[in-house]
Amino acid sequence: MNTVAVIDYGMGNLHSVAKALEKVAEGTKVIVSSDPDVVRKADRVVLPGVGAIRDCMAEIKRLGFDELVREVINNKPLLGVCVGMQALMDFSVENGGTDCIGILPGRVEFFGDDLRDPRTNERLKVPHMGWNQVHQAIDHPLWRGIADDTRFYFVHSYYVEPANPGLIAGSCDYGFSFTAAVTRGNVFATQFHPEKSQHAGLALYANFLKWDGE
Amino acid sequence: MGLAKRIIPCLDVDNGRVVKGVKFVDIRDAGDPVEIARRYDAEGADEITFLDITASSDNRETMVHVVEEVASQVFIPLTVGGGIRKVEDIRRMLNAGADKVAINTAAVFNPEFVKEAAEKFGSQCIVVAIDAKQVSDNPPRWEIFTHGGRKPTGIDAIEWAKKMVGYGAGEILLTSMDRDGTKIGFDLALTRAISAAVHVPVIASGGVGNLDHLSEGVTKGAADAVLAASIFHFGEYTIEEAKRHMAKAGIEVRL
Repeated sequence: MNTVAVIDYGMGNLHSVAKALEKVAEGTKVIVSSDPDVVRKADRVVLPGVGAIRDCMAEIKRLGFDELVREVINNKPLLGVCVGMQALMDFSVENGGTDCIGILPGRVEFFGDDLRDPRTNERLKVPHMGWNQVHQAIDHPLWRGIADDTRFYFVHSYYVEPANPGLIAGSCDYGFSFTAAVTRGNVFATQFHPEKSQHAGLALYANFLKWDGE
Repeated sequence: MGLAKRIIPCLDVDNGRVVKGVKFVDIRDAGDPVEIARRYDAEGADEITFLDITASSDNRETMVHVVEEVASQVFIPLTVGGGIRKVEDIRRMLNAGADKVAINTAAVFNPEFVKEAAEKFGSQCIVVAIDAKQVSDNPPRWEIFTHGGRKPTGIDAIEWAKKMVGYGAGEILLTSMDRDGTKIGFDLALTRAISAAVHVPVIASGGVGNLDHLSEGVTKGAADAVLAASIFHFGEYTIEEAKRHMAKAGIEVRL
């Protein structure tokens, strides 16, 4: 039986992620684990995350998941979600500057306290919270069956800025165009929460469970 | 196109059952929060809020089961309010599948609790619920009330909202106690004042009687989301109708 492991590092709402994966599992077994050896044996891996990056990175490192992520991306698909996406980058400006896992080159930046709509000059609230449209930058198996510009649910104050625009799989407008999804090789990661994005989110998870990477 | 304004139906739950009546013609059990949540999800609700009005702490465990059950079937954000007083209460609700908790009275009596909660779980899941009542006309002033609007605190609502955001609240759920249950529309001046005072999203609540009220909450109240209970419960309007109405008023919604 195929398995997908949701990395449990004590932070964030991994239960929602696990429940959404179970909903579309169709024969794939969903495992939630804080043991790198268990996660290592799964066919696919999900790195979720909410909350502050410093605390997330501290637990990821303490449990050895930074090493595990570097290792598994060589041979199996990995999906990062929200802070789980940010954690894949080199560095985040959050919490006075936090080093991340660094498997994707780039930084995590702050939306700022005075974000404005460039057309109307209207102030935009931070966190960016709610349903916004995701423009698919590339064709990718994880976008299969999902219309371009479909709305997904976001909640975040920081966003990923990849060093190489070639990593961008999707973008979203909030004051400017920011990166909503990245991909390289076996890795796909979203700033939005598929587990909270109703049909479109479940479709993306179902696609991930069918994706063999690369 | 950009971020959509959200429509959030709210369910009052007492000991695991939805109260204040929900009347859908084709619903089997009008008191079942799971069935009602599924209905709202299917109609296009952007989030769902559950307000636990259970008086006894023994029965609070029931709410955890409700959240678990809903979260395994409904894949949109879920907020739980009512009786959130300790870090442990938050942890239980998040583990059950809630995405956010709304802290109300406990924030007033112990503001540090909001700070502690935001540090522990992140601002994204901490909503501070503010029940405000107008106490003077000129200049307009609103104060925080607790215990369902019965007890005044003397705290200025705008200052309070700013303080709570400073303590880490990621969102404000603003209820006008003057308008709650009146069906004459949101207190737009209050909503506008709070929305302008804070950089986090503000959910307008209290007083919705028709679909124009929802639109006004956004266009005149500058709310980021609108919350309503009775107009949806009694089947007067579906959420989809509400969204189409708002879209016609030029408001960006998720359809």
